[in-house]
Amino acid sequence: MENQVKLTKLASCAGCGAKVGAGTLCQLLEGFATHTDPKLLVGYDKSDDASVYAVSEELAIVQTTDFFPPIVDDPFMYGQIAATNALSDVYAMGGEPKLALNIMCIPEKMEQHTVQEILRGGYAKAYEAGAIITGGHTIHGAEPIYGLAVTGFVHPDRLWRNCGAQPGDVLVLTKPLGVGILTTAAKAELVDATLLHKLYDQMSTLNKYAHDVLVKYSVHACTDVTGFALLGHSLEMAQGSGVTLHVQVAGLSYHQEAYEMASMGFIPAGAYRNREFAEAHVKVVGDVPLPLQDICYDPQTSGGLLCALPEAEAAACLAELQKIAPAASIIGYVTEQLDAEIYLE
Amino acid sequence: MKIIDARGLSCPEPVILTRQALASGEAAYQVIVDNNTSKENVTRYAHHQGYEVTISEQDGEYTLSLRK
Repeated sequence: MENQVKLTKLASCAGCGAKVGAGTLCQLLEGFATHTDPKLLVGYDKSDDASVYAVSEELAIVQTTDFFPPIVDDPFMYGQIAATNALSDVYAMGGEPKLALNIMCIPEKMEQHTVQEILRGGYAKAYEAGAIITGGHTIHGAEPIYGLAVTGFVHPDRLWRNCGAQPGDVLVLTKPLGVGILTTAAKAELVDATLLHKLYDQMSTLNKYAHDVLVKYSVHACTDVTGFALLGHSLEMAQGSGVTLHVQVAGLSYHQEAYEMASMGFIPAGAYRNREFAEAHVKVVGDVPLPLQDICYDPQTSGGLLCALPEAEAAACLAELQKIAPAASIIGYVTEQLDAEIYLE
Repeated sequence: MKIIDARGLSCPEPVILTRQALASGEAAYQVIVDNNTSKENVTRYAHHQGYEVTISEQDGEYTLSLRK
């Protein structure tokens, strides 16, 4: 179908690349008075994916929101990716999404059909996830924005924090990296249609399926890899867990084309913000080529789940994951804390 | 020497402009950018194309001298 608007032309930065840097966020959130509550199982102090509140001994509520400007020109696909990305935070906590609210900003001149297509994408993914969109809020603005506020549920004992990684764990990543670099290269029309559609498929694949496999294993820590990139989210996991995460580039799953595009300088601004935030905590061991490092700092839109689980379960878990996520891979391991939170090796 | 003024542009436009300019295959170019991302990205592109890059900064603007 021919698109009447180039949605991405309306956005100054795309997808999760629009995310405010982790360092800036920390400064912005500093010093506010907040209540403490023993039922608040996860607040913002651990930089986790969602907040979690225990309603009873058997039930906790998971709340999160995520939205961003268009990352693709097809409005239906944009809606699907934005919703998939927003729902992901609930899966990253081990939960299941149940209710969602649309968050939307549209230019006044945007055609009704385009707006409806974006929403249709969101509804399609919410439906697939088993969640119900019950309302939302829409405003006018210069740049389109779409996303969801999502409420889900999890059993408090089966909650996955990002801070439970233990020495002896291995790290599993369920989607390949390089999305930010490739969508930047796509703006220069250097990405062919086949690869683009592969990226769209990947970004609109719910982390539900990876979640449904992972719940069968002893997940010690989990997060989704999005705007702060593999290394930014790994750093949060390492700091929260008090361990060192060893990211082994030899095992890393990424789009081969992203390597070439990174070496040609098609790297989104967010990747440099991520590097600035995390670099001091990352020790590069041996020869890790610059393009590979850039891929590790590349903001991912609707990226995969990164989880730490015991090595003894890793092979079985990976084999089962690869049936539904062929690019899932073991990308490293966890040790006690060394002289840096992340070893990139 | 060809000068590429990529100030005021965000990624990936400075790289696209540089790429178009470098197609003429000269031995030296100058690229002016005004943010860190563009500085880093144009440097990567120039290296990829076999150019050496020296960078000078003034008032938040970077001048990249590309030489083969």
